[in-house]
Amino acid sequence: MRLLAYLVAYLIIGFARFITAVRGNWRDEPPRDEQTIYFANHTSNGDFILIWAVLPPRLRWKTRPVAAADYWLTSPARSYIGRQVINAVLIDRRPEARDRDPVDQMVEALDGGSSLIIFPEGRRNDTGETLLPFKTGIYHVAKKRPGIRFVPVWIDNLNRALPRGEIIPIPYICTCTFGAAIRLTDGESKEQFLTRAQEAVLALAPNIGEAADEP
Amino acid sequence: MNHDSLMALMMGVVVVLILASTIGGILSAQLKDGPSRSVVENLNARIWAWWVMVILLGLAFLWGRTGVTLLFAVCSFNALREFITLTNARRADHWMLAAVFFVVLPLQYYLVFTDWYGFYTVLVPVYVFLLMPVISALRGESKDFLIRVAEVQWAAMVTIYFVSHVPALLSLNIPGFEGQNIQLVAFLIIVVQASDVLQYIWSKLLGKHKMAPRLSPAKTIEGFVGGVASATVLGACLWWVTPFTFFQAGVMSLVIALMGFFGGLVLSAIKRDRGVKDWGDVITGHGGFIDRLDSIIFAAPIFFHLTRYWWHV
Repeated sequence: MRLLAYLVAYLIIGFARFITAVRGNWRDEPPRDEQTIYFANHTSNGDFILIWAVLPPRLRWKTRPVAAADYWLTSPARSYIGRQVINAVLIDRRPEARDRDPVDQMVEALDGGSSLIIFPEGRRNDTGETLLPFKTGIYHVAKKRPGIRFVPVWIDNLNRALPRGEIIPIPYICTCTFGAAIRLTDGESKEQFLTRAQEAVLALAPNIGEAADEP
Repeated sequence: MNHDSLMALMMGVVVVLILASTIGGILSAQLKDGPSRSVVENLNARIWAWWVMVILLGLAFLWGRTGVTLLFAVCSFNALREFITLTNARRADHWMLAAVFFVVLPLQYYLVFTDWYGFYTVLVPVYVFLLMPVISALRGESKDFLIRVAEVQWAAMVTIYFVSHVPALLSLNIPGFEGQNIQLVAFLIIVVQASDVLQYIWSKLLGKHKMAPRLSPAKTIEGFVGGVASATVLGACLWWVTPFTFFQAGVMSLVIALMGFFGGLVLSAIKRDRGVKDWGDVITGHGGFIDRLDSIIFAAPIFFHLTRYWWHV
């Protein structure tokens, strides 16, 4: 069964590459063999697949996306992909409906040795804003496991390739830009850390309209 | 069917590449560090990419008409994606773009493959031109409407329609040249790309007067004149792979080299307008597919129609 899951994973990654020709841009430091929480902007359900596709294979298979159970458990196919193929940490976004705290689930996954991919905006951003205010989850995870490395990621163009509600993806060139790692510092408040994290992601977004002068 | 000339031609290209790789290797071994280091590294990356491109072309030639058609369909797909990525297309254009990528592109190459001349010459300029805006208009978003549909029409013309004129050369029926049309493809590509490379070399050696500093700072008058002239001579000397005489092959090469230069200039202007240096980063050292195809895009349809008008029966 494991073999089938790998096969499906490579099919999904292959399809993502066919549509997006995705490239990883490790702008500030090369990928490191160290437990990491990748946190990124969220515009499409395919977001983590792109990050996954550009991670070196040795890091990919121990990196688990944190995803919404209320999306991934709604059909047998999604449930198979969510659980078996991408091995997602499935959290419930509805506080009244859940029996487990998402922060505990993430910490448990970290203690199991996994790296995580997380979208702190909490939902797909289709508002036209560059980035929505972050939810507090990453701060609480950082508080419980101080020293853990957070790497900001900007995913570009996937919202054009596969906008919310569309079924057929349009080929657009997509990129994942990785920034320098940040860590929770001693005495840093929740607001300070979240602001710093948001700025780290925003700093990777391309400046629309700024033209290069030199060839 | 006689493939001796094609074989000889490809061997010649391989010899040139071996020579280029040797020179690149020597340069790289001599230079330790300094500013010219990155120039040499870029040169070697380009030469390696040339090897890959020549090998892919060679395999496509071996496979014949199917191989050449498929290869250029794949090039079109990649070029179209690069072009669309730089446009203002938005959510309302989703279905129009889906149609261009997944219906128009395969259909155009299918029509070229089956030699339906009366349809493939009008598919994009007439049917796509008229029907695509309708799909977008039905979504009811009027902001920048003309800009959006014009950009998609340009994308389809440049990356699908014109590129498909390369495999279309295979359907020309030239008396005394039966079964050798792939040599026309090889001739076109060699002259166009040689012109690009020779312009670069002449420019590096003698270039002083910039031609269009704001559009394409690397282009100089010396490079343009030297490159076009030497590509014309090279093309004339390749008359034996074509149905042309020595003189005719020279005139054709002059047209190909000039159109290729214009293609580079126009597509550079688009890049400059959108604030990017390259169309992509797929081909190491070269940039994107359009960076390599720009001159073919402008040269192929003219070469096709000149050859068709005077030689095709």
